Amino acid sequence: MTKTNGSVTGVNGNMVTVRVEGAVSMNEVAYIETRGKRLKSEVIRIRGDLVQVQVFEMTKGIRVGDPVAFTGEMLAVELGPGLLGQIYDGLQNPLPEVAAKVGHFLEPGVYLEALPRDRAWAFTPAAKPGDKVRAADLLGTVPEGAFTHRIMVPFGFLGTYTVKSVAPAGSYKVTDRVAELQGEDGTVHPVTLMFQWPVKRAVTCYAERLKPVEPMVTHVRLIDTFFPVAKGGTYCIPGPFGAGKTVLQQITSRHADVDIVIVAACGERAGEVVETLKEFPELLDPHTGRSLMERTIIVCNTSSMPVASREASVYTAVTMAEYYRQMGLDVLLLADSTSRWAQAMREMSGRLEEIPGEEAFPAYLESVIASFYERAGIVRLADGNTGSVTIGGTVSPAGGNFEEPVTQATLKVVGAFHGLSRERSDARKYPAIHPLESWSKYSGILSAEAVRYAHAVLARGAEVGQMMKVVGEEGTSLDDYVVYLKSEYLDAVYIQQNSFDPVDAAVSPERQKSVFSMVIGVLGTAFRFKDKDEARDWFYKLRQGFLDLNGSEWKSDRFAQVEKGLRTLIGERKTGLDPKAARILETLEK
Amino acid sequence: MKKVYSRIESITGNVITVRAEDVQYGELAQVSTRFGVSLAEVIRLADDEVSLQVFAGGRGISTGDEVRFLGHPMQVSFTDSLMGRIFNGAGEPRDKGPELSENLIPIGGPSVNPANRIIPREMIRTGIPMIDLFNTLVKSQKLPIFSVSGEPYNQLLARIAMQAEVDLIILGGMGLKYDDYLFFKDTLEQGGALSKTIMFVHTASDPVVECLMVPDISLAVAERFALKGRNVLVLLTDMTNFSDAMKEIAITQEQVPSNRGYPGDLYSQLAARYEKAVDFSDAGSITILAVTTMPGDDVTHPVPDNTGYITEGQFYLKNGRIEPFGSLSRLKQQVNGKTRPDHRAIMDGMIKLYASYKDTLEKKAMGFQMSSWDAKLLKYGELFEQEMMDLSVNIPLEGALDKGWEILASCFDPQETGLRTELAEKYWPKARA
Repeated sequence: MTKTNGSVTGVNGNMVTVRVEGAVSMNEVAYIETRGKRLKSEVIRIRGDLVQVQVFEMTKGIRVGDPVAFTGEMLAVELGPGLLGQIYDGLQNPLPEVAAKVGHFLEPGVYLEALPRDRAWAFTPAAKPGDKVRAADLLGTVPEGAFTHRIMVPFGFLGTYTVKSVAPAGSYKVTDRVAELQGEDGTVHPVTLMFQWPVKRAVTCYAERLKPVEPMVTHVRLIDTFFPVAKGGTYCIPGPFGAGKTVLQQITSRHADVDIVIVAACGERAGEVVETLKEFPELLDPHTGRSLMERTIIVCNTSSMPVASREASVYTAVTMAEYYRQMGLDVLLLADSTSRWAQAMREMSGRLEEIPGEEAFPAYLESVIASFYERAGIVRLADGNTGSVTIGGTVSPAGGNFEEPVTQATLKVVGAFHGLSRERSDARKYPAIHPLESWSKYSGILSAEAVRYAHAVLARGAEVGQMMKVVGEEGTSLDDYVVYLKSEYLDAVYIQQNSFDPVDAAVSPERQKSVFSMVIGVLGTAFRFKDKDEARDWFYKLRQGFLDLNGSEWKSDRFAQVEKGLRTLIGERKTGLDPKAARILETLEK
Repeated sequence: MKKVYSRIESITGNVITVRAEDVQYGELAQVSTRFGVSLAEVIRLADDEVSLQVFAGGRGISTGDEVRFLGHPMQVSFTDSLMGRIFNGAGEPRDKGPELSENLIPIGGPSVNPANRIIPREMIRTGIPMIDLFNTLVKSQKLPIFSVSGEPYNQLLARIAMQAEVDLIILGGMGLKYDDYLFFKDTLEQGGALSKTIMFVHTASDPVVECLMVPDISLAVAERFALKGRNVLVLLTDMTNFSDAMKEIAITQEQVPSNRGYPGDLYSQLAARYEKAVDFSDAGSITILAVTTMPGDDVTHPVPDNTGYITEGQFYLKNGRIEPFGSLSRLKQQVNGKTRPDHRAIMDGMIKLYASYKDTLEKKAMGFQMSSWDAKLLKYGELFEQEMMDLSVNIPLEGALDKGWEILASCFDPQETGLRTELAEKYWPKARA
């Protein structure tokens, strides 16, 4: 197929119209040549011989008549060893290398190779000549950090191939040939350590998709206990500005119990990415003892970088996530923020003069969001192993109002909703996930019945609290008042979590189970109080004790000592135990 | 020599179209009308049809007027002789000084590579306790002042301009009332700060297109000075006018509005400006302080809302004071641990007590009886408002900290303040104890 060429006939913002001769395919990459620079762009509409492309750079300086070269390839990323620890922009340009080449600023038209070409990898062959292989089958392995990186048959190889040759064990660069595969039609294809894959196509080289059931532990109590996320599941975090979306994502990226974390900083502040960039190399991954950066990939297209590549950045990130999933690893993709990505679509849709939907978002907003989140999942691979991609996206709704299109479209497709609330963040209650409005469809580390029990106390306490605002403390019965105190206590000692405290920042599932059963014990117990003042004072004391417990190292002497003190304190006032709570406690202790 | 076109095909609002060839997107042109010459910028190309946005507006342009393309995009002169000068949104002198045409630089350049950014680390002293002590301004921070119209936000900006410890101040005025422009000019002149100030001012009576240029011109100049090692403070007032100018132009260009008439790219447009704030590891820095007036004191209005998602906190100006609640400097934690050991403690402690004072005020308003503790709080609250919150208070951070201890000592016993004992022992004023 000959390459198609064209020339610019119009410019409107970052959308350029090109007149072409020859065949053009949708989402194909084209380069606009202007003033000695080649600006990358993507085909987004074809009408007769007029093609509209969105340019991934500023379009200043483009003239009518500038030549355009179409590549015949869709927007793709490089997949191979060397992705981990990298910092990419939305088009997979390695940013530190770009900085080394052109200095402080992101000059347009600078595209560098995503994978280091000069680095050598120790290849161990796994396939042998004569083997029949299909896409994503194993050819060999190279070690990458703490992982065994599987070198696979490129995902784009359709049908069955016969291995003609495999390179012997040794040191190879990503572009070196390590195998030759013969197709059914007899042609021989060389395979290197790396290959390319178009970002907007989901990778489907697996035996079957499974139901996400196993919890993905984040070490955040409120999430793991109340609103869990399953490996291969999806969740969203909508919240107004200043409610702590990004902080929550940062905490999750540090402590989540997964193999690989991909952070897609999409249209947000550059300063926040910098914190991750500078701190992660210093922090240690508790599982492997290596630097956290070695399990992390950062895709960062911050708010002032070109809008079209912002749109591409979430796809770039999810494609790399799917690649590592094919190795049987658990990958977590954190996208911050999907609203900025949706806004990028809105800008483009406006330039295309499409009929706008609600708040000028395009009518296809929902289906695009749905198909993005559907790229998450846990799958059984051809070799029987499982791998997963979990997607957590933040949403920045205008005015903090969840009724807007992006939040609503996201809520339709995700499995868990962690809604952040302004009131809670103003009251410095972190994480500011609203415990009554949020939900999760996944099962967590604790029995659903136990969680429901605690949740009911919380809801009942909130009702009493509302009532008390009207009738005052005097008009509330002692029983109701104690329910209110119990819900406040649950909020203070279990739902809130101090991410600055070295112990409280990350709580293991084992510890969560143990402390939660103590909490259920308090919630289900009937206490003897003379009056409200006495009840309040006692609960303050209890709360203080539990906060001390939260700050003590798990299974340390101090922990045991504080726990013992708390049990005595509870015992002093206890008059009985709700039979339902007793049953729950029995199952919890099993 | 560039060709001159003498037939304007259409005129809609501030946008004219001509048929021309070999024109760049973003290029500048001169339109000669009978009212004088105005600059215009190419905003759309479609075959040989070129749409231009005329800086001076479309009024009075005739279809027979001349359009001359200049072959380059919007530029501004960058030299040391910019210091002390005042320009309009098109970069032309406003102060009867000579026009500058040497060393022209393009405006609206590319963004800084995130990999080259560093974690902010130095505070900027302003002499205003509500900023220095409670919400410290940090070098390379971008911070808006959310304010209802009618608040003295320009007075506040002028004071910061006079007192901030920076090498250079660039003031970008958008839709300024002429009085306000004169106020800035006079204040800076009298304070002797004009020589380290550059002003780009668009007043409310100037053409609306020029309003759009102000932030880009100001920040382009700031960026060059920062690269030369200067610490630059950019003051922008008022970004709501800038957004409204964008809205006006988007609507005349028949763009689909997204929220209350604002264009869908409002967030990206604002972010492109605010994200110019930077600290270069091997050179100077840019700090941005911008006024955002909130129509109807509504923080969910698209302009303050989008701004809040972009900036690193906000100052809330209300009733002539920087409100301690609602104001936030997200970067203060990076610096306030390094100033004086009592900084964080005084910051938290005084605010907590002020919150209690507010509760007491509420109780008092509802007619509840005041305890002796309430009386102490009432005394404290008044002192705090007078000697800390009042915008006329002007003391360095250390003085403000000492003043804080003094206020506390005149109202409370040390153990009532909730401050750590060892700090109280060290700083509690001895004479009063």
